[in-house]
Amino acid sequence: MSFLPRDRDWHPRPYDPRYKTSTTRAPSQPPLRIGQTASELTGPIFPASDIGPLDHDLLANHGPGNPIGERIAVHGRVTDENGRAVPHTLVEIWQANAGGRYRHRNDHYLAPLDPGFGGCGRMLTDAEGRYRFLTVKPGAYPWPNGPNTWRPAHIHFSVFGEAFAQRLVTQMYFEGDPLIARCPIVSTIPDPRAIDLLIAPLDMDAATPFDHLAYRFDIVLRGRDATPFEGAP
Amino acid sequence: MTKETPSQTAGPFIHIGLAPEVADVDGMRTLGTRIVPTDASGERICIEGTIRDGAGELVKDAMIEFWQADATGHHAPGHWGRASADFDTGLWTLKTVKPGAGRGAPHITLYILARGINIGLHTRLYFADEDNAADPVLVQVPEPRRDTLIAQRKGTTYRFDIVLQGDGETVFFDA
Repeated sequence: MSFLPRDRDWHPRPYDPRYKTSTTRAPSQPPLRIGQTASELTGPIFPASDIGPLDHDLLANHGPGNPIGERIAVHGRVTDENGRAVPHTLVEIWQANAGGRYRHRNDHYLAPLDPGFGGCGRMLTDAEGRYRFLTVKPGAYPWPNGPNTWRPAHIHFSVFGEAFAQRLVTQMYFEGDPLIARCPIVSTIPDPRAIDLLIAPLDMDAATPFDHLAYRFDIVLRGRDATPFEGAP
Repeated sequence: MTKETPSQTAGPFIHIGLAPEVADVDGMRTLGTRIVPTDASGERICIEGTIRDGAGELVKDAMIEFWQADATGHHAPGHWGRASADFDTGLWTLKTVKPGAGRGAPHITLYILARGINIGLHTRLYFADEDNAADPVLVQVPEPRRDTLIAQRKGTTYRFDIVLQGDGETVFFDA
């Protein structure tokens, strides 16, 4: 059993002059293709005891009080490329507050911190691979890449899967945001169909009336080689 | 067949989500700050190093994840951890037990995330005081670049400096 090769042309280009920092941090050599060993075919397992009761609820897990902003749920399923659910895997998120400011000592944007918002969330997927966070919609913010470059509203996602080979860190965007098409980080992904996978549609069926809207973000991790038996003809 | 969700950079504020105690975000438990249980058997070692970019600058916003076998060479679910580069010095530090040999030489798998890294970088750390000659992965690395994967020992501390780009560039893997 092994994992399918990663399609590196589907993922962002490591080096992209439009995203300035990548020009000094992207390796100049392509990654060396190696066979998968125990190190790649296994991975950490996180027990439920690692997760606090409010870790999935960014409306409540910082305080004091509730955060300012548009209340939303972000939910979806984690599956692999074969369509199998990825159960009980750790999903971590982080984001700016509704004004576009991160709770981080290196963020100096003039928008204020929100005392009611930390911006960190964690949960394990359920037996069917589902997850659901409650949060506020993050704000857009400017960053020093060009003279007037803005990040579209986004939530960072980290997912483990069942083995190191499936590790994925990405960002989720919001349907209808005109900044997506202008973002030099989004456009490191060459294929517009791949970008579409990062744009979460509004999901009214998952909204709670008089409480919060919802967006759906499904996540697909690397699949497994379909070869049924090792050594089969 | 569904396509894999594409990667995006973790950005400079990765600590909020993956090491909230480093970002001073209150209310979350620590996760991954201790790579092995306090009672894990094996030789206690410390590994430290820096990450530099293609301009020779220290990458002070990076985070590294570590995944390793236990002292007997088996991958136990708990032998995983994270370290953040220091915001001022760029130094990262890992306190762990030395992994045992499995089918290959003892090694630790590293996954490097930072602003400007559009898809996480996978590499391996081997130990200068082990016999690495027959390791099935290391033999696939062109000989002049193998040294980039080998941590040098000084006392009980190993030094492992990572270069993202250019002269002495660390070997990264696609596995």
